[in-house]
Amino acid sequence: MWSYEKRLQFPVNIKEPNAKLAQAIMSQYGGPDGELGASMRYISQRYSMPYNEVAAILTDIGTEELAHLEMVSTIVHQLTRNLSMEEIEKSGFANYYVDHTVGIWPMAAGGIPFNSCEFQSKGDAITDLFEDMAAEQKARTTYDNILRLVKDDPDVCAPIKFLRAREIVHFQRFGEANREDCSKSKQKITKTYIHAPLKAADFGFRTKRKDKSIMPVFRVEKVKDYTIMPNTHLRNRQLSLRAKGLLCQILSYPFF
Amino acid sequence: MNNMMNSEKERLYHDIGVIDFVVVEMTEYLDTHPTDKEAMEYLNHYVRMKNQAMREYAMKFGPLRISDADSCNQNEWKWATQDWPWNGGC
Repeated sequence: MWSYEKRLQFPVNIKEPNAKLAQAIMSQYGGPDGELGASMRYISQRYSMPYNEVAAILTDIGTEELAHLEMVSTIVHQLTRNLSMEEIEKSGFANYYVDHTVGIWPMAAGGIPFNSCEFQSKGDAITDLFEDMAAEQKARTTYDNILRLVKDDPDVCAPIKFLRAREIVHFQRFGEANREDCSKSKQKITKTYIHAPLKAADFGFRTKRKDKSIMPVFRVEKVKDYTIMPNTHLRNRQLSLRAKGLLCQILSYPFF
Repeated sequence: MNNMMNSEKERLYHDIGVIDFVVVEMTEYLDTHPTDKEAMEYLNHYVRMKNQAMREYAMKFGPLRISDADSCNQNEWKWATQDWPWNGGC
């Protein structure tokens, strides 16, 4: 469920049209690191997220990205309204114009249409959160590039700088979510179902034994308070048990 | 008269933007710091402030969200007739 507020998250009031700039900024609408991909990424990733807090941050940032999407569309819209035919031809906007007039259509600056292959929903909490952190940095870089192209039009710079700053905050929040996810203090017991190898019954042969097609496996995942060490020391017969014990003890302390 | 109305409208719209920014920022902060009581009180304060400002805006200039529609005592459905945000409507 969503509800709409009839206002922009940050004001956009552009007086001077600039079709060339509009084409570059369009990338943050439907480009590889744009707001449309960002929002869809976070909203799609929620369903396989095992922790409520992480699903919360995905929901809230995914929602904010929709507001950013509206800001970017507004910037493009205001940069392309009231253009003369001459300006359209001169600024290289004719290729877009012929297909979309001055409507808003999600694509990258290079003309590649929006594609969900620009983001992942991998179904793995750690994988998805690292992707989200990278996504925020990629969007931040794109805004940096846009700011270099905008130069000094304050009407365009102000909302772009706002959007850029939000990428940094979101990177921070996803980082916190990732740490939270990695360090859930209690040991997590997961029950995994694996498929057993095919049996005679699967091919229509009758057998006396009852076949079990699905077999539960219990696995304890250690996420905190454990030590990793090479087996070479433990297998070394020249070391006494006392020495091996002492080594384990030392390695269990942090920073060794 | 019209000019004054506009400036009050703009001021209130601007204030809503600032207040809501705090709400968004605190919401995301609390998602990763869910036991921070001070932050929760801070958020609640701004949520109340936002609701108040949104209702005041709806009463005077038309609703910014449907949940404030009951604060409008006009005869017109301003949600549909007024300018949309991308055309400078506020």
